[in-house]
Amino acid sequence: MIDTALWISLALFSAAISLNFYRVVIGPSLPDRILAVDTMYMNSIALIVIFGIWVNGKNYFEAALLIAMLGFISTIAICKYLLRGDIIE
Amino acid sequence: MLDSILEGVIAFMLIAGGAFAFIGSLGLTHLKDFYMRLHGPSKTTTLGVGCTLLGSSLYFSLQGGPVVQELLITVFAFITAPVSAHMLAKSALHHKLKPDPRTRGNPIELESEKPKHAVEEAPQGNSPLP
Repeated sequence: MIDTALWISLALFSAAISLNFYRVVIGPSLPDRILAVDTMYMNSIALIVIFGIWVNGKNYFEAALLIAMLGFISTIAICKYLLRGDIIE
Repeated sequence: MLDSILEGVIAFMLIAGGAFAFIGSLGLTHLKDFYMRLHGPSKTTTLGVGCTLLGSSLYFSLQGGPVVQELLITVFAFITAPVSAHMLAKSALHHKLKPDPRTRGNPIELESEKPKHAVEEAPQGNSPLP
């Protein structure tokens, strides 16, 4: 049962990442692209976790935690740059 | 018996997470302007990743003691997603992105022509006040 669920979930997350990439390519403005990349890293966290279930390894969650923290910091930094013209004033 | 019920719960969590993330990304692709597009991912992606991580935590709890490290990422995602959505909305308002023409109401950040901190000139001519 879990195998089938893993396949379905992998297909759904891959489709979600493809749609995010489409928005990154055609996005008319800069905040659109940042939002798409933000969604993309959140989906990639789930993809890594599903891969960890598939190969039955417990160490993959650390990679997911690193991606979560770095993605949040980078989103905030780019938004700060767009708002103020500078990251650290 | 209990294991098969737990497996069903894990499978449901994985599929629900994938469905939530897919619906959010569909909204990101298909909606009209940025302020609508912000709604989809900022709510559903958090829920999708949370469901998937909960399923992963249950799965690894089946093979031994309870595993709670995955919940750390869930808590982190639930804390950080509103913050990044707020910053994105602020930067979009700062750039004055055009909303869809059918949007009702116009926020003051979008309709003001002058810069925000411009000095208002005193009104000329006779004022109604004495």
